[in-house]
Amino acid sequence: MSTATDRRVPGDAAVDDAVAPPGGGPSRDALAEMRNPQRSRAVTDIVARVVMWGAFLVAVVPLVWILGTVVAKGVHMLTSSTWWTGNQRNINSDDFGGGARHAIEGTLQMVGVTALIAVPIGVLTAVYLVEYGRGPLARMISFTVDILSGIPSIVAALFIYAVWVTTFGIGRSGFAASLALVLLMIPVVVRSTEEMLKLVPNELREAAYALGVPKWVTVVKVVLRTAFSGIITGVLLGIARVMGETAPLLILAPYTKNFQRDLFNGNFPTLPMMINQDRGDYALATAAERMWGAALTLILLVLLLNIIGRAIAHLGSVKK
Amino acid sequence: MSTVTGVSAADELPQPDGKKPRQGDRASTGRIGDRLFGGAATLSGVIVIVLVTLIGAFLVVQAVPALMNNSASFFTSRVWAPGGEQPAFGILEFLWTTVAASTVAMLLAVPVGVGVALFLTQYAPTWLRGPAATLVDLLAAVPSIVYGLWGLVTFFPVWKPVQNGIEDTLGWFPLLAPTGISGGTIFFIGIVLSIMVLPIVTALSREVFAQTPTAHKEGALALGATQWEMIRTSVLPFGRPGVISAAMLALGRALGETIAVTFLVSALADGSSWTWSLFNGGETFASKIANNAAEFSNPGKTGAYIAAGLVLFVLTFIVNSIARVVIERRKAFTE
Repeated sequence: MSTATDRRVPGDAAVDDAVAPPGGGPSRDALAEMRNPQRSRAVTDIVARVVMWGAFLVAVVPLVWILGTVVAKGVHMLTSSTWWTGNQRNINSDDFGGGARHAIEGTLQMVGVTALIAVPIGVLTAVYLVEYGRGPLARMISFTVDILSGIPSIVAALFIYAVWVTTFGIGRSGFAASLALVLLMIPVVVRSTEEMLKLVPNELREAAYALGVPKWVTVVKVVLRTAFSGIITGVLLGIARVMGETAPLLILAPYTKNFQRDLFNGNFPTLPMMINQDRGDYALATAAERMWGAALTLILLVLLLNIIGRAIAHLGSVKK
Repeated sequence: MSTVTGVSAADELPQPDGKKPRQGDRASTGRIGDRLFGGAATLSGVIVIVLVTLIGAFLVVQAVPALMNNSASFFTSRVWAPGGEQPAFGILEFLWTTVAASTVAMLLAVPVGVGVALFLTQYAPTWLRGPAATLVDLLAAVPSIVYGLWGLVTFFPVWKPVQNGIEDTLGWFPLLAPTGISGGTIFFIGIVLSIMVLPIVTALSREVFAQTPTAHKEGALALGATQWEMIRTSVLPFGRPGVISAAMLALGRALGETIAVTFLVSALADGSSWTWSLFNGGETFASKIANNAAEFSNPGKTGAYIAAGLVLFVLTFIVNSIARVVIERRKAFTE
């Protein structure tokens, strides 16, 4: 294909010209006959164009509406003096204010532990799929990763509950919720890492082999290092994905209003559960304010991870 | 020109002694580091398989005893009373609500999502494509609990008069009959779900639409097709498998969506009469389980909820598998 054709953008003048009746050729009668169908085709084309623009606008409306709502109702709370330092201890639904630090720290701690478990498994699985696996085992793994990525969060939570609480009799805790989040995060990490590893040119691997470098050193020092920024991006997007998950927390990690750093015992504070707590009394202005404040904080954290992830991808992407 | 997989040309060459080439793990030099690292990679992959198998196994094992004690028909009963001496529970109501709400979501999200994907790949001015795509992706970054809040507090009051209007004018139609439910209805949940799955439909559709061979598109244009006719005859047929699997992945997501639905559903009173109306309340699998998380007091009761979760697992498994099969078949065609 020539570059000239590639550069053509569909929808430019050439397309619209096709609508006009061909100049000079047919007789006047024939033209009159043709004009009607031609016009209806032109009208259909315009209608389609309007519909596509409309679809895009329809998609943007809820986004703007949701973000606008959360910012408008929540920003007040974020500027309150105690929001970033305090917790909700002894603050009832009809009391104003309090802090969200306990929930912010809890959420970060929980997704941190989740990432510590999910990232090695996810990255190594991707390494297996790209660098080692060729046979039925690789196909099987690839298939189960797909299945895992489709599992609803509530089912992952039920599974951990069935293992952790029912079978082993260990109580609900932040760590149990982390385990459920691990299940949700692994497929995201595997798929994004896989994409990145596939982008690493084979010449790099072959050059390393030609120098007598063992395969595992090649993978660690050449392949993984080349794909490093892409992998980090995938990990950050994976963390962003599990950070907002609420269903596993609802089942596995009951909320507490206090500071709590122990993932293994007792209730655990997280931002989604803080939102859920105040949702119960959202008719009260005080609770509603906290609820929106926590929602805005959560969105900001998720967006921050997304932006950092995309920035890293942009700066350090594998170049051809 | 660089190759794009981890397969090295060296993997294909015969060894000096004329044996077949060693592949996979055996292609390494056999050093201890190679064995350890390759072993760790294989082990991780196996862990993933084991995890998925365990999920199915544990859910089945814990659901079976509860199902054995069930005195009602699991699939056709609308009763949900898993506690007590004579547990009786059936999933009919959840199945209907889940499937109906997801269907509404699909009917709304797929046309709009495909429209957005066509807009982003065919219609939008080049300068707008990147920012517009990012904007749609942002919808996916919003946590589902926020959709729940927005639906509950902001969107529902706006929607309610619209729904009343529909009930007044089209209430004779069984699916749109008034039911007197004052909270969130199946239809309303479907709308919120459609917004949540829209970015999934759009992202995958956009990807396949962008891959339409330029020759197809220019061929259509050269034959005098308008832009829409070009899309209808070359872009849409090429992208159809991608759109189908995108819709399936989105459906899988909609079926299992938990927290937003939990915020929005209105639970039905015990023994309320059956209606096909989409303006009825009712719980989905996920919301029923989430709403009763505190009730997992004894194995029998927990088992009933796990059985419901198992049905949800199987549903999403089937839907996702269809999506994968459609994608794989397309790959087989194009490569």
